[in-house]
Amino acid sequence: MAAILEVEQVGKRFGGFVALDGIDLAVQEGERLGLIGPNGSGKSTLVNCICGTLTNEAGSVRFQGRRLDGLPAYKRTRLGLARSFQLPRPFTSLTVSENVRIPLLYTVNAREHRLTSAGIDDRCAELIGLVGLQDKAEARPVDLTQVDMRKLELARAMAADPKLLIADEAMAGLSHSEIEDILKLLLRLNERGVTIIMIEHIMSAVMSFSQRLVVLVSGRKIADGAPQEVVRNPEVVGAYLGQ
Amino acid sequence: MRWTNFFLIAAVVAALGVAATQFSSNDYYFFAAYVVLQYVVLATAWNILGGYAGYVNFGSAAFFAAGAYSTVVVHKLYPLPLPLLIVFSGIVAGLIGFGTGYLTLRLRGVFFAIATLALAVVLQTLIINWDFVGGSRGAYIIRPHTFPLLGSYMKYMFLVMLGLAIVAVSVARLIERSWLGYGLAAIRDDEFAAEASGVPTLRLKLVATAVSGAFMGMAGSPFPYIIGYVEPSSTFNLAYAVNAIAMPMIGGTSTWIGPVIGAILLGTIQQVATVTISSAVNLLIVGLVLVAFVIIAPNGLVGLAQSWMRKRK
Ligand SMILES: Nc1ncnc2c1ncn2[C@@H]1O[C@H](COP(=O)(O)OP(=O)(O)OP(=O)(O)O)[C@@H](O)[C@H]1O
Ligand SMILES: [Mg+2]
Repeated sequence: MAAILEVEQVGKRFGGFVALDGIDLAVQEGERLGLIGPNGSGKSTLVNCICGTLTNEAGSVRFQGRRLDGLPAYKRTRLGLARSFQLPRPFTSLTVSENVRIPLLYTVNAREHRLTSAGIDDRCAELIGLVGLQDKAEARPVDLTQVDMRKLELARAMAADPKLLIADEAMAGLSHSEIEDILKLLLRLNERGVTIIMIEHIMSAVMSFSQRLVVLVSGRKIADGAPQEVVRNPEVVGAYLGQ
Repeated sequence: MRWTNFFLIAAVVAALGVAATQFSSNDYYFFAAYVVLQYVVLATAWNILGGYAGYVNFGSAAFFAAGAYSTVVVHKLYPLPLPLLIVFSGIVAGLIGFGTGYLTLRLRGVFFAIATLALAVVLQTLIINWDFVGGSRGAYIIRPHTFPLLGSYMKYMFLVMLGLAIVAVSVARLIERSWLGYGLAAIRDDEFAAEASGVPTLRLKLVATAVSGAFMGMAGSPFPYIIGYVEPSSTFNLAYAVNAIAMPMIGGTSTWIGPVIGAILLGTIQQVATVTISSAVNLLIVGLVLVAFVIIAPNGLVGLAQSWMRKRK
């Protein structure tokens, strides 16, 4: 297996505060990786640096062997690197269906095989159905619940047809059966060859989903390995209990 | 509304315009209609950047003036027919829009608005110190008095502006319903999310600024021929900057029809007020109407109609 994502010595500061300190991380193609850590440990910041939403001062990120440094976020998305935002950021003036249409127009259609206008409509409906929002396709984000907004966030990320999908707490606030649904959805996506990084506080979900677990604490990676071993690691236990 | 219906209506409007030139000989009416149409173009142009992409341009007067002064320069070198002058002014103002965009579009919100205001000041200073176009004294422009078939040249300018308004509104409508319009809407709503969805935000904003600037310049292009005497303070008039913002806001910024309604409404009120009271009250009227709308209908007349229709359902 080849590494699809290689993060090397990535560092990020906010003023004097060190949010990420020399992060190394390799993700294999087709892998399901869980990324955990206490609140404020730098998980979302790492996602932002990988996806180009923030610029890391130190280190570099490679995607499919290609250095991403300096590449704007939209180009990274087009290369096949999609993410959902932890705090949903829907396009508020567009309907649910139009929200999903944006990545189809700008990512999928920017690649070799353009979709026809009917093809776009079909794909929109399909994606919305996958996350269970089919009854709200014409609703505006203001009329959605927080939970539905998370589903929309995930559908929009999937619409970019990514090779690597980073789901930043896509399941917070969801009911048990909804978590099951999203897990199944992500597993199916993974079976089709999509590499997935899942950031999650819901341990049962991460443990059942991940093939490997990485732990961040205070901007540093303190563990990386098989999930069952990582959760027994004294340093990890200490970090969570010490919270 | 489908495109066929849209073009049918546009054709009817154009035909009515031509018919009017045959039935009336009072140049004043054509002048008043010209001014209103000029505002339709200006408001529509502003809305492409301000309404669709959410970037408020306070410097519309600078683009209008860039178009007007392009005409002055060409007129002094080699007088071209009006439609060609308009194209030339559009290119100049479009390039200025592209350049300003390149320098300022990394700024967001109020900082971008201030930068456009600064652009207007810079451009006005350059013109004041440019003797070729008359500097601060201004320049006289002598235009033809008649036009074949129509008689008066004013009627001709009215028809040209009517044609330009139809083109501008069609382009705005085209943008609104294309992938470009969706991209601009995404930018307006959330630029980070837009980038994450693959939208090349900077490039799209540059396109919007250039197209918006170009149409503003085209709106100002015939201006020297209208007044016959061009000087910086009337060309860079605050009224253009204020109306370009107020008209779309009153009509509604989310669709192409909003600026059209706003410009016809406010433009007509101002023309009537100029005749019956004085042009000095125009900005006061705009201010009062704007305040009223911000309170009663923050999404403009179109927004008001939409929410009313939704309630009826
Ligand atoms: N734009 C910013 N400016 C300043 N500080 C920031 C910024 N973004 C994040 N931080 C800080 O960086 C640290 C890491 O934040 P981050 O959001 O990456 O944590 P996280 O691991 O995702 O936490 P959570 O589990 O709560 O989502 C936090 O202390 C946060 O306050
Ligand atoms: Mg986070």
